[in-house]
Amino acid sequence: MRDYDLAVTGAGPAGMAAAMEAASLGLSVLVLDEQPAPGGQVFRAVEAAGCDPALAGEFLDAGAALARDFRAALHPGGEVEYSPRSTLWHVDIATGVISVLREGASEEIRVSRLLLATGAQERPVPIPGWTLPGAMGAGAAQILLKTAGAVPQGPLVIAGQGPLTWLLAVQLLRAGAGPVTLLETGGKGALWDAFRAGGLWTGRRLLTKGLALVREAKRRGLKVVRGVRELRAEGEGRVQRVRWAGGEMACDTLLLHEGVIPSTHVSRALGLEHRWDEAQRCWRPVLDEWGATSHGLVAVAGDGGGIGGWEAATATGRIAAIDAARRLGRLPEAEAERRAAPHRARLAAALALRPFLDRLYAPAPEVLVPRDDATIVCRCEEITAGQVREAARLGATGPNQAKAYLRAGMGPCQGRMCGTTVAALIAAERGIPIGEAGALRPRAPFKPLTVGELAALPLETVA
Amino acid sequence: MSGPEVLVVGGGLHGLSAAFHLARRGRRVRVLEAGHLARHASGFSAGGVRTLGRHPAEIPLALEALDLWHRIGELVGEDCGFRASGQVKVAESAADLTVLEERAAALRAGGYTHEEVVDAAGLRRLLPAVAPHVVGGMVARRDGFASPYRTSLAFGRAARALGAEIVEGARVIAAGRRGGLWHLRTADGAEHAAPVLVNAAGAWGARLARHIGETIPLGFNAFMMMLTARMPAFVTPVVGATSRPISFKQAETGQVMIGGGHKGVGSLDTGATALDVERLAYSARTALELFPVLAETRIVHAWAGIEGVTPDDLPVIGASGLHDGVIHAFGFCGHGFELGPVVGDIVAQLATQGFTNRPIAAFAPGRFGGPAGAGTGAALPQPAG
Repeated sequence: MRDYDLAVTGAGPAGMAAAMEAASLGLSVLVLDEQPAPGGQVFRAVEAAGCDPALAGEFLDAGAALARDFRAALHPGGEVEYSPRSTLWHVDIATGVISVLREGASEEIRVSRLLLATGAQERPVPIPGWTLPGAMGAGAAQILLKTAGAVPQGPLVIAGQGPLTWLLAVQLLRAGAGPVTLLETGGKGALWDAFRAGGLWTGRRLLTKGLALVREAKRRGLKVVRGVRELRAEGEGRVQRVRWAGGEMACDTLLLHEGVIPSTHVSRALGLEHRWDEAQRCWRPVLDEWGATSHGLVAVAGDGGGIGGWEAATATGRIAAIDAARRLGRLPEAEAERRAAPHRARLAAALALRPFLDRLYAPAPEVLVPRDDATIVCRCEEITAGQVREAARLGATGPNQAKAYLRAGMGPCQGRMCGTTVAALIAAERGIPIGEAGALRPRAPFKPLTVGELAALPLETVA
Repeated sequence: MSGPEVLVVGGGLHGLSAAFHLARRGRRVRVLEAGHLARHASGFSAGGVRTLGRHPAEIPLALEALDLWHRIGELVGEDCGFRASGQVKVAESAADLTVLEERAAALRAGGYTHEEVVDAAGLRRLLPAVAPHVVGGMVARRDGFASPYRTSLAFGRAARALGAEIVEGARVIAAGRRGGLWHLRTADGAEHAAPVLVNAAGAWGARLARHIGETIPLGFNAFMMMLTARMPAFVTPVVGATSRPISFKQAETGQVMIGGGHKGVGSLDTGATALDVERLAYSARTALELFPVLAETRIVHAWAGIEGVTPDDLPVIGASGLHDGVIHAFGFCGHGFELGPVVGDIVAQLATQGFTNRPIAAFAPGRFGGPAGAGTGAALPQPAG
């Protein structure tokens, strides 16, 4: 069985930074990533993007530099082994043996420490009609743009809120999509509320970046409708129009976005302690200042531990790597503190604007708790909000019970799309906080593998 | 007085079925569940409704329970997801087939006809997608499967509707008899008392027994299960094999559930379970050998559920040999789900009239060496006492 000091899952900003830091401290490192190339979601396929003008800006500048540095750390005989197209599907948390699927075969690998750098996922936006073909997450559309250069044709609506809606609008307009309309769902007064969260001066660089984006979007002809509520997608067999309170519009493509949430699928499956973050309206693992979780084997870095963006992710990746070296006896306590200090300062700067953004872009209550009983919540099993409410009335006390009862969360997405909505619906129905309804506890395999792939695992001890 | 007449410890299927049958008889019942209802085996079971291949001692109960399953909706007000899909055990060799034929002959001699041997052609009518090496099998046509969690909650709801009290988050930490009543204290400090105590604590049943000075040997297993993504319908009955552990079914959703006895790791103290990846792979290999059509199907979930296991692989059902007013019903060894509807009635009979007309001698709590005996503990996978 192969053996490493540190396994890092995810080759996004946090994972790459952690691997480089850990290698510089003399740790043997295995980086597992599902993608064929480093970058994570934020810098997905950045090496292949060349100088695509649609993607110009931070994506190409910062992302490419990170990927270049990471590649440089992979010199032959070096301490970092990079395993793309690899899926972590099981962790035996008691023994540190992880199960990894690569090229149709599963392998068990022993690690002394495991760093989850699994990043963020889009918050599911369960509006009526969101499962119609032609409706998708804005992040999914951005992935298509980054990896395939795919630009949707025909009238396009981006609905929701958050920095990504503006960035994607600009990227799509640059790439020739159109006409593009942005339906902003933010609440009235959110801006003033957000100002009170402060952090604007410390976060001024990010803020300036955002304002420049807004200016460019408008220059390129983006139409913006503000204060949109009660959004629904409609159409025969596919999206043909969107409606909202007081308006409607024909469109061929609807891109939904209500921000991103930590991708906690693996950390929850491992039974690590999580808490409901009311500011970011999501679950996050409970972490100490080094990114260590409630279990001695596992740490979390990057957006998987709470949304902070890529700069915060590189800082937390470095800090978690320093902690791994300290825990494995390769770095004295004081030296670890000294080495972490600059990264902590960078982290504080990167997070300064976060409270402002969290308040400005807080999703409306109906994003978490769909009002219409007919709205589909679990796409895999086609379970509606009404069915979840009914299960709550019949005694399901949280998403894990609803799973056993309705099979919501037992489909191929393994609850990634419905877990939070189901918890929020049950909490609302029972009049309890979401934290009390509890987080969906996913099961291994963390990503589906085929019966054939599992059956091909070399058997050492089972007769 | 308005306190409960019966305290049931354990909010799994057996505890809730007991509460339901007691409430039907007009008894005041209170169920104390440590976590939430159907938290362990009752929620994680594969849900096989199986009379096929039962130990002879279990057959009368299993057949009576099967009749209840066929009218479960009348009993508890919902169908519990029960489907009479049949259950089939395949023979993978001539030797397997001989085992099945001998069993069928023995059953016939005992007057039972619910299990029926089929030849290779007959089997392929039941299982068109089965692998070529399979030479025949045994079928129980009225068997099927149901949803364990829905079933448990349905019994709980029906019990409540008849006046039973169900308390979740009530973990029993002390038990004793004073003044003719069993007194239970829960972790939250509450006291509960009643003349009759029903121990339906599943894998934790031996711990509760030990609280009242009764030693019953019990181990536990964390039975592993896998669920696949949807695939086109290719198998209707629940499938098992004659000489290796596997249980296999395709739900109406098209998802396939693979289970059948491979064990993961669990902890009685925390209730947590973990998979044993190698054994899981072994299950996948067995399933694939029986149904090659599965090769490209993705496994979307795998889990393990804690279940009590006795040295002789039979449950503990009956009045305590040591104390008055204590009835045990636990340790179902991974095959208690089907028996749920009838075992609750047996418990209710024992609690209200002191005897049952059902044959339960083989399940006597004292059978492992006297009521306070230490038992042999032989073959216990992981001691659960």
